[in-house]
Amino acid sequence: MQGMMLNRAKELLSDGTVNRVLGWQAGEFVYDITPAVFETEEELDAGFVYNGFCGNNLSKYLVKETLKDGKILVFLKPCDTYSFNQLLTEHRIDREKICAIGIPCDGKTSGEMLKAKGISGITGISEDADNFVVDTIYGQTTVAKADALEERCKTCKSKKHVAYDELLGEDGEILDSHRFDMVAKLEAMTPDERFAFWREQLSKCIRCNACRNVCPACTCEQCVFDNPKSGIAQKAAADSFEENMFHIIRAFHVAGRCTDCGECSRVCPQNIPLHLLNRKFIKDINELYGDYQAGAEVGTRAPLTNYTQEDVEPSIVYHREGK
Amino acid sequence: MNTEALIPKVGVVTKITQETPDVKTFQVVGLDGKKVFEHKPGQCAMLSVPGVGEGMFSITSSPTNTEYMEFSIKKCGCVTSWLHAMEPGQQITIRGPYGNGFPVDTEFKGKDLLVIAGGIGLAPVRSVINYCRDKHEDYGSIQVIYGSRSKDDLVKYQEIIEEWENDPNMIVNLTIDREQEGWDGHVGFVPNYVKELNPDLSKTVIMCGPPVMIKFTLAGLKELGFKETQVYTTFELRMKCGIGKCGRCNIGNKYVCKDGPVFRFDQMDELPNEY
Amino acid sequence: MLKISLANLDALFAAIAEKEALYIPTDKAGQAQYMRYENGMKMTDALNTVRSAKDFFFPQTENLVNFKVSGKTIEIIDPRTEHEDFVVFGVRACDVRSFSILDKVFLLSDPVDTYYENRRKHGTIVSMACTRPSETCFCGSFGIDAANPEGDAVCWKTEDSLYIQAVTEKGEALIEKIRPVLEETDDSAVEAQKAATREIMGKLPLAKFSTEKFGGEVLMKVFDSEKWASLSEACLGCGTCTFVCPTCQCYDIRDYDTGHGIQRFRCWDSCMYSDFTLMAHGNSRLTQKERFRQRFMHKLVYFPANNNGEYGCVGCGRCLSKCPISMNIVKVAKSLEGDL
Repeated sequence: MQGMMLNRAKELLSDGTVNRVLGWQAGEFVYDITPAVFETEEELDAGFVYNGFCGNNLSKYLVKETLKDGKILVFLKPCDTYSFNQLLTEHRIDREKICAIGIPCDGKTSGEMLKAKGISGITGISEDADNFVVDTIYGQTTVAKADALEERCKTCKSKKHVAYDELLGEDGEILDSHRFDMVAKLEAMTPDERFAFWREQLSKCIRCNACRNVCPACTCEQCVFDNPKSGIAQKAAADSFEENMFHIIRAFHVAGRCTDCGECSRVCPQNIPLHLLNRKFIKDINELYGDYQAGAEVGTRAPLTNYTQEDVEPSIVYHREGK
Repeated sequence: MNTEALIPKVGVVTKITQETPDVKTFQVVGLDGKKVFEHKPGQCAMLSVPGVGEGMFSITSSPTNTEYMEFSIKKCGCVTSWLHAMEPGQQITIRGPYGNGFPVDTEFKGKDLLVIAGGIGLAPVRSVINYCRDKHEDYGSIQVIYGSRSKDDLVKYQEIIEEWENDPNMIVNLTIDREQEGWDGHVGFVPNYVKELNPDLSKTVIMCGPPVMIKFTLAGLKELGFKETQVYTTFELRMKCGIGKCGRCNIGNKYVCKDGPVFRFDQMDELPNEY
Repeated sequence: MLKISLANLDALFAAIAEKEALYIPTDKAGQAQYMRYENGMKMTDALNTVRSAKDFFFPQTENLVNFKVSGKTIEIIDPRTEHEDFVVFGVRACDVRSFSILDKVFLLSDPVDTYYENRRKHGTIVSMACTRPSETCFCGSFGIDAANPEGDAVCWKTEDSLYIQAVTEKGEALIEKIRPVLEETDDSAVEAQKAATREIMGKLPLAKFSTEKFGGEVLMKVFDSEKWASLSEACLGCGTCTFVCPTCQCYDIRDYDTGHGIQRFRCWDSCMYSDFTLMAHGNSRLTQKERFRQRFMHKLVYFPANNNGEYGCVGCGRCLSKCPISMNIVKVAKSLEGDL
């Protein structure tokens, strides 16, 4: 796939269809991939890569990139196409300046995921259909891909691209991957258990803002948490209440717009399962307003911003006993 | 230096003077009615309104003022808006002094001084002007070229026309950006006025004002034949600690709060243009 | 040399915890992190904690001063108390070195930061030699020996035992207190362990990585490099690198109205944040490129310029593991050194 992508990118660059290519750049250890903009074929040859570690969702970079002149080629994995559509719906990116190529994805992992399996001292990684073969200074280890995948990929919602100009490889299907199972488990807890779960997780937060800054739904020009006049622009949580509220406010703000791309949990240095907060909202929206997938189409009105007479009443909160 | 560098003292604002539509001068003393600390011309102090925040301000009064400190402050942000809303008798907090100050005991000794200021940029240099006036036997003449948007925006206007202009040791050249009724002085921007006045090349230059004024005035001075080694300026960057530790006010490896705010322009040649 | 069998580690921890507050790296909520020791707590097998040990001396938030405001008057209250004595156990060589870098900022350059000093005075550091370093480790590039860390006392872990040796008076005082649970032994096992670790260090992919081309002498050359634009292109402007970094010490000072008074606290800040240098009338670092550049200039150029050539990095590799876009000091230095 990397070869096909590279060739197509070069063709589109050389025939002038696009001026720049937004993709992934190789790093030091196979797994440490950096999103990058390539402007020449030489740059592409030198660093362009696509492998099982290219987890970054590139769609948010289009906000910045489409403010520039010229046209940009972007490679979108199926789940990235949902963010792409959502950004279009919110008028954050300029479709005219983008050539979007859909690429297949069989799930991504990361150096951190491999290390969580006890692997250390990585010197090389190769992939076959089902496994990562990891060379380390302590010896070789084989890890089944299915085991090593990021949590969001284990519960992948869709292998289908919902937006593209061209598609490389085969398109997939929307999946039923039980992504709400963990949310259901949390709902089944007693309020005290649930509070304890979230306190343990959220108390790890170091307020680095990585979740917010990577989030394709967080494209406000000035975030409320950066606005000194908001009174909550603290760089550190003054108490546990604020620790909780940062994430809860964020989850509320992206509710109905979050496509469940899972970047928040991927980037969290403290491995807080932030996507569960967003999935709770998605699950509730599905249950209360009917199935809705943000980013599935361009221009849809999300249930939370669209009034209908059939909408549930606020009293639903009491009927659901706070779940 | 106070060993409890981050814990301030209480200051009492005893008098507030409206200088221009957006600049007020605050007189501050300690709870005992005396100066809170001694300082050198060009040094700064961290003032704060508890609950609102701290801000670094140049001490505009001369160290020779034995009764109180003064701060001329332009209303432009959070802390300054609170200070501007304040009445005499209000307490604030104060810590300092911070920074190196002007080299009044060394490089300025015996020199003719040329002070160039724009707008609120007069505040930091006023302390050195009045210091050198009070100790005139140690210094040569003082020429001040000071400009503002309009006559109403000239800070310390009363002091300038009543005291400085009548000081036989001083030459004062005022200018405003645009013609204004009731103004028969010079009209034009500071950099051009400096070139017009063609000051003597033997003078030591002290400059403070908005970045664009600094840039063009420095270029003008160089054209006239001044060397960077005779031009001093004082910088302002965002500061939090005032003691070179919080890490934000650096220009290259120099911290403005500690190694500055006063720099000689030849020192800036080896530092990034990040100010 | 003293030792205790690994099976008996609980007894060692209990003996320390009986005398002083003890913190050990343990697994909690799926992460290795320092926690105050409680009976039965196990030390993590992870190479290192996600948050560095700098928290012990320079916590993420810390109350500096309190104010009581009534009408026009202000009362200033110093909220500090003498810090309790505490032991940090199992600190890696890289993190121990980070303390001496923080010392240069907070203790050795005038004025002393008395908050930091208070904690530093009361803390005893028991370091732990590495046995299984990772590909992201490059402490050796800064002259740090992962096999023989600095610290008040040093530990080495082998298959079955933990060896411990005092280095400073503080370390000796600590070992004196726990001497009954330890047994005397010779150096041979430790020497073998050191040799094994050093051999591994030599095989690591970053074993040859060096920052020696950087320093105050090349300040303008590094600053003016055209590569900053592409290096910083994908930077999210988050604070992950700075907050997991053991040597990043920039802080913000903010006021918090508790409803009963004002707390002025300091908290970690990040030069990567857009408001780091924001003033009412402008910003001296307008785009992410300048903010990104500041962080690496500080570590590779400004800090050595002000500290006799010592770099502001200890090669712990946290930023390599944790940056959401995998951009880090190694990539930056390797990319820029070609121009030097």
